[in-house]
Amino acid sequence: MTDPLNPPPRKNPQKRTRIPTRPMPMRSRAALGLAAAAAEGRFMLQTCAECGTVQYPPRDACGACLSVELNWTDVSPAGHLIADTTVRTSTNVYFRERAPWRVGTVRLDVGPSAICHVHGDVAADDPVRLVIKLDKSGQGVLFALPQKTTPNMEDDPHMREMTCDPKFRRVLITDARNENAPALAQALADAGASLIFVGESEAWRPYPHRDALEKTANVKIVPLDVTDTASVAELAGEIGGKTDILVNNARFVRPGGIMDRGDVVFARDEMEVNFFGMMRLAQAFGPAMRGRGADGDNSAAAWVNILSVYALSNMPEFGAFSASNAAALSLSQCLRGELIEGGVRVMNVFTGPTEDEWHQPLPPPKVLPAALARAVVDGLREGLEDVFVGDVAKDLIDRWRAGPKILEREMMDPGGQG
Amino acid sequence: MNAKRAGYDGVVAAVPVTVPYQRYSKETAHWWIARALRQLAEEAGIKPSEIDGFCASSFTLFPDTAVGLTQHLGLTPRWLDHIPFGGASGIVALRRAARAVQAGDANVVACVAGDTNHVDSFRRMLSSFSRFAQDASYPYGSGGPNACFALLTDHYMRQFGATREDFGAICVAQRENALRNPHAIMKKPLSLQQYLDARAISDPIALFDCVMPVAGAEAFLVMREDDARAAGLPHAHIRSSIERHNAFPDDPIQMRGGWAMDIDELYGMAGVAPDQIDVLQTYDDYPVIVMMQFEDLGFCEKGDGPQFVRAHDLTIEGDFPHNTNGGQLSAGQAGAAGGYIGLVEAIRQVTGTAGPTQVKGAKTAMASGFGMINYDRGLCSGAAILSGDTA
Amino acid sequence: MSKATDPATLLKGLAQSLSSGAIRVIDLTHTLDPDFPVIVLPPEFGQCARFRMEEVSAYDHRGPAWKWNNFTCSEHTGTHFDAPVHWVSGRDLPDNCVDTIPVDKFVGPACVIDCSDGASKDDDFELTPEIITAWEAEHGQIPEDAWVLMRTDWSKRRGDAYLNMREDGPHSPGPTPEAVRLLVEERGIRGFGTETVGTDAGQGMHYTPPYPAHYILHGAGRYGLQCLNNLDRLPATGALICAAPLKIKQGTGSPLRVLALVTDDGGEP
Repeated sequence: MTDPLNPPPRKNPQKRTRIPTRPMPMRSRAALGLAAAAAEGRFMLQTCAECGTVQYPPRDACGACLSVELNWTDVSPAGHLIADTTVRTSTNVYFRERAPWRVGTVRLDVGPSAICHVHGDVAADDPVRLVIKLDKSGQGVLFALPQKTTPNMEDDPHMREMTCDPKFRRVLITDARNENAPALAQALADAGASLIFVGESEAWRPYPHRDALEKTANVKIVPLDVTDTASVAELAGEIGGKTDILVNNARFVRPGGIMDRGDVVFARDEMEVNFFGMMRLAQAFGPAMRGRGADGDNSAAAWVNILSVYALSNMPEFGAFSASNAAALSLSQCLRGELIEGGVRVMNVFTGPTEDEWHQPLPPPKVLPAALARAVVDGLREGLEDVFVGDVAKDLIDRWRAGPKILEREMMDPGGQG
Repeated sequence: MNAKRAGYDGVVAAVPVTVPYQRYSKETAHWWIARALRQLAEEAGIKPSEIDGFCASSFTLFPDTAVGLTQHLGLTPRWLDHIPFGGASGIVALRRAARAVQAGDANVVACVAGDTNHVDSFRRMLSSFSRFAQDASYPYGSGGPNACFALLTDHYMRQFGATREDFGAICVAQRENALRNPHAIMKKPLSLQQYLDARAISDPIALFDCVMPVAGAEAFLVMREDDARAAGLPHAHIRSSIERHNAFPDDPIQMRGGWAMDIDELYGMAGVAPDQIDVLQTYDDYPVIVMMQFEDLGFCEKGDGPQFVRAHDLTIEGDFPHNTNGGQLSAGQAGAAGGYIGLVEAIRQVTGTAGPTQVKGAKTAMASGFGMINYDRGLCSGAAILSGDTA
Repeated sequence: MSKATDPATLLKGLAQSLSSGAIRVIDLTHTLDPDFPVIVLPPEFGQCARFRMEEVSAYDHRGPAWKWNNFTCSEHTGTHFDAPVHWVSGRDLPDNCVDTIPVDKFVGPACVIDCSDGASKDDDFELTPEIITAWEAEHGQIPEDAWVLMRTDWSKRRGDAYLNMREDGPHSPGPTPEAVRLLVEERGIRGFGTETVGTDAGQGMHYTPPYPAHYILHGAGRYGLQCLNNLDRLPATGALICAAPLKIKQGTGSPLRVLALVTDDGGEP
């Protein structure tokens, strides 16, 4: 079993913060399929469309029949550890700093053998299940886990390198006024977050769940308005150096598209919160987080954006809101590219309509705050990049993958997806 | 069923050349290869312009290949080859060159492998070694070949009961041989206890299981027997050779090399049996692969490698002289020249020119090559049986 | 014309008094602060934009020798002026926008009705005709074309006490429709000013007409001043108000710096 992680000591102010280093990020284009699978926590390998042979390492033609029709497919992650080693000297600084590092060869039941990272609770010849994780360079890597859950297995130091577990980490949730803020705070507290800052805008306006939020364990309400650059900068000055996970929960939602609105007033608000808000937060908190990606057990780990799944394809009934989320999604990709230098992950949680006043006339299913919070915590524990929460979001991503243009047309049909 | 292969009648290997190794070098691969070519020409008594066939192997030539070398070094060959096969380069070069000379495509082929070793070149070479390594092994601890061979060693030990002492016996014997080789990088004796106590590198591999990357070059000439005789050059006959790539792809982990597919042909073509091999030069980047070669090259059954090592003395004076110049484990691994070192030593042994490492009365030698850990295993294997004039 | 009332002499005297401190300038303005409350409407309506500022450069790579900011806000953010066009009742009046209002309307006398005691006891305190006539009994009748400022000391409130928002909306003092009618129709005031976020009471939507100050004042071409500060430093009468909104084309209002000139003796003439 894994030794449980201890609460990290307070930082020694005389020690230089360790500069984040990374495992080698270079990959062939084919191998990037692993990152795509890891982003969603799926176990996928290339499978030959003609002969069915499962391939590994990723390649451009089937090693059995030379077909070039190789599709990334969900396959069984079961296998056996047939060899393992503990790397004690490495040519890569990242591994050198973290040595000894365990590596093994797993023979997959579906065919190929794979070199992979090995969890400390796996013993020689053990049956294992492989997962694909994103490493600190943001690339998908294979990780061999015990077949069954073991005590504290998430605390395995190499596992924790691949995940963004909230345990003992300090979190900032933006937008205390958002109806899902108490559920998010509670879920993160339950997951062991040591300190949960919740940003509150316009303290001069009361809101119903403030008391519940304030009473949540480890929660501290702090002033923060993501539309106010000075406010964001001020809070970053106070807690930017100890924000390990940032949950960008601020959103401005109004129904309506273009012509039914007749002005850009709400659209500006939507952009101010949903797009510029992220940018302000990133400019204020991003540099410190990027610099703290290797800062011990409570290093900066993740940036979470709660996005509308309609960022992917516009829902005309919420047309301008969808557009602001499309802009936010694009910006999050930019942020991902910038934070990856510090090994800090950007996780986008795509949600369908949420159970709140703005989606009140919409038919179910709608995403409840507790479900959203669970998705955020699970995603962080898994170390994901893309999470689709709720049936609507899951359905939409399936349709989007099948054909974005077809989905676009479906979205225009009032009787359809919208 | 393969057609019967023609022999290498009338073609010989001669002029074994070693450019003494250095731990690190500020020079380039071009420099080291030039030194080897110059030495080849001088020892053969020919002008460089008489070399009309050229075959080069190197990891550190980038962005050049053998083509760039011709202009750089002033060669105008009518037959040119570049063999990026790592530890199998020497055997493969010999095979290619022998056929070229035999067919009249070239008179004299210079086969050269050379690499430099800058302070950071090993790390850089590893990170871009191959696409599969880049995608699927280097990101896992970046232990390089140490980690890959550690996995093979771990599996082999569990499968066949080999012990650290068995691998140690191979390393200790090679060090003893190396002490006779003035060019060996390792100059101190190595005891089994020192081997066992050494710093762990990638379990179960420890320091003395690993080769020392160095700069250096190895070379030989392939030419017509008549020309060698006319020039008074000692020469080795090529009795047989094999090569194989990506053998046994369905083995879940490497337990055998491509030799196992072709070994009957190797002995059949040469008309000799394993017990007629007087001296063996295996590819020895890690002792586990040496043990596999004892098995796959027909000296014992699969899985009997540990027993074989325990039963034999692998030193120059022993009952099974092996890697007589110390091999890469003790002489150093000069990049692609590591794929030549055993073959060049084998030419010396059967021509009686090995000097301090000479095995008395060695007439027939086998040299084998193994190379390119493209991902989880070595893909290229080759072997040749050579004999001297008196064999 | 006596020398004492000669305009040139008066103006010169004013300058001298300002210089000597005999006439003091009091700032009736709150700082434009991103976190200063603004009026809150039901969320399906467009909202009053908060004051926001983005630094464009600060002697850095974005501009080595200069610092400047871009700011955004509503016409009705912070201490601000309401023009008649702001309300539907004033939409068709002449000169009803901040850029067309005659500029002499931006300087004028003010009467300050102190409701601070009542407002301290009742968040929904109402300014009634009775209070106005009682005030006039003490200070004389409100002159025509004067500003009437309702002092509540609301400007001293902070945080959520300022809007004082509850489930049924904000609760803050303001005038009854009858009081506004008295001021506008019988006294002919120039405008009405408050310390709260609007000229109307927080619950002003429940009067008839709803928001009577807005409706009646602007319907009669009169002006509003909101979010005033420091009214407790003004005399009941005698202060001169300078309240010039920004010259926004067809603007319905504007944040502005409101200044009061007062004399040392309290201003009673």
